[in-house]
Amino acid sequence: MTIWRLIVREIRHRALNFALGFISVSVAIACLIAAMGLLRADEATTRAILTERETAVAEAGAKLEDSMRKITKGLGFNVVIVPEDQDLAEMHLQGSLSKTMPESYVDRLANSKIVTVNHLLPTVVKKIEWKEMNISVLLYGTRGEVPIAHRDLKKPLLDAVPAGSMIIGHAIQQKLKLKKGVKVKLMDREFEIVKIHGERGSIDDSTVWINLKEAQEMLGMRNLIHAIQALECHCAGDRIAMIREEITKILPGVQAIERGSQALARAEARTAAANQAKESLAREQEARTTLRLQREKFAGTIVPIVMFACALSIGLLAFNNARQRASEIAVLRAIGLRSSQIVGVFLGKAALLGITGALAGFGAGLFVASRFADPAVTGGAVPMPSGQWLILSLLLAPALAAIGSWIPAMMAANQDPAIVLQKD
Amino acid sequence: MLELTDIHKAYNAQSHSAVAAVDGISLSVKSGEFVAVQGPSGCGKSTLLLVAGGLLSPDKGAAVIAGQDPYQLSANARASFRAETIGFVFQQFHLVPYLSVRDNIMAPGVALSSPPAVDRAAQLMEKFGISDRSTHLPGELSTGERQRAALARALFNSPKLILADEPTGNLDPENSKIVLDHLRAFANEGGAVLMVTHEDSAAATADRTERLRDGKRELANA
Repeated sequence: MTIWRLIVREIRHRALNFALGFISVSVAIACLIAAMGLLRADEATTRAILTERETAVAEAGAKLEDSMRKITKGLGFNVVIVPEDQDLAEMHLQGSLSKTMPESYVDRLANSKIVTVNHLLPTVVKKIEWKEMNISVLLYGTRGEVPIAHRDLKKPLLDAVPAGSMIIGHAIQQKLKLKKGVKVKLMDREFEIVKIHGERGSIDDSTVWINLKEAQEMLGMRNLIHAIQALECHCAGDRIAMIREEITKILPGVQAIERGSQALARAEARTAAANQAKESLAREQEARTTLRLQREKFAGTIVPIVMFACALSIGLLAFNNARQRASEIAVLRAIGLRSSQIVGVFLGKAALLGITGALAGFGAGLFVASRFADPAVTGGAVPMPSGQWLILSLLLAPALAAIGSWIPAMMAANQDPAIVLQKD
Repeated sequence: MLELTDIHKAYNAQSHSAVAAVDGISLSVKSGEFVAVQGPSGCGKSTLLLVAGGLLSPDKGAAVIAGQDPYQLSANARASFRAETIGFVFQQFHLVPYLSVRDNIMAPGVALSSPPAVDRAAQLMEKFGISDRSTHLPGELSTGERQRAALARALFNSPKLILADEPTGNLDPENSKIVLDHLRAFANEGGAVLMVTHEDSAAATADRTERLRDGKRELANA
């Protein structure tokens, strides 16, 4: 005969009392596990939704980057680096430049670690009278792109014009009826027309491209250039400010300007759309976080109430049990059981109640959580570290039952057996 | 074995309506002696028995059982002392309703945390003629069988003293005789028995009878 046998026999004898206590513990643990499971499932749902959104935004961002790159590239050279004292009105109104800077600037730029621009093109740009043809043209001297030292070699936007060769714009061709292969004279030098550009609807239509070195000689600008044209990299934020900052650090005494506002406006709009998508994602994240906090707060309120109610219920059941057993306890005390053994009888029963109730409540809680969790996200299973939660339940439930049973157990242990036996 | 000296016990002792249940009783029961206590209802018989059993501390006087005053011990030590030294038999049997006869008999072993002595329980069941009832619950037994089971429980830890409160009060003459014979036999084997009873026939089994009236000892040897 042992205390445990005494406990088990008593449980079998008063099965209803144990069943009611078992239900109380199970409900408390099921409530706790279901609440935790649902919060976890909600977290998983949130993660899934946000991951999906983030992926969509990232994909959209990548597409945007790509389209931006294409737009920017299609735009051609859209950054012009000119001497600091160059009057920009002259460039805008006449398409011509008068201030010069050393041609070596382009090499210095190419050998730097510059990241904000690509495709460096040193140029001489001068509006001249093509006296031989009696026409005003924009003379464009170029030697071809200068590769940037720390970057992979890129396909040039504009090929170099070989010495003695000339490329002409559409309007010039239309006016002079020139053809490819024809030899013409410009400023007493002979050039062969190697290419005629199609109509571009810009100053290019009235432009003549020749070799940079020849242009420098013709204009008396040996080793000097008017501008370095470049293609900006697509970078977030205030691009031109970033470009200016980087370039002027490498080349003090120059200024950089950005062209192609229409395409840039489109790029700006796309960037704004991307930013809006990111902001929307951030709002979604914030909303889900708020919702989660609200649910946690709700669970944090309701679960302790249920736990307290269950502990109270167990306490009342234990109290009733102790009253029912008053005579039996008095006899056990009379035949020599110590108070601690009587407390052990009640707390042992509470422990059994807690363990069995925890197991049942744990299963029920998982079932409830899996029933209400979004199966599309969780695959029907509740994502949770079940082992830890089971241990938590197996610790918490007996503690809950022991707390509920403690006062009745102490009352039973401290009752005076003499008084009970005298009443009987 | 049992020495009660000038025992006083009053209920509601602190109030004006105090009732003196036991009023200066001295009594001794020697080893091998079977003593009966008789008296009208409310004369203090059961109170005296509880004091003698280490369950009810007297207001005044000393109770010495097997050379030890149990009221000088801590509550836990007193409980262990009871388990080792005293066996109780009650009129209402007070068997634990959900334990089998065998488990009821072995219950005092829990108090001493001793290993389950199944053989001892079987021996006692054999002695009291309830072996065939070993797995039955008390509710399935006759009153005589219940009291025999209670007596077997009282003897389980081999006590030195048996305190019996109206042990034959609910029994027919045949079962009463069985119970009294066993109490007699316990005394003959060197144990001490103090039995409270209303019945003269039961008291006649004892070596001597102490009579109480209004909490006082009325008569020495009957």
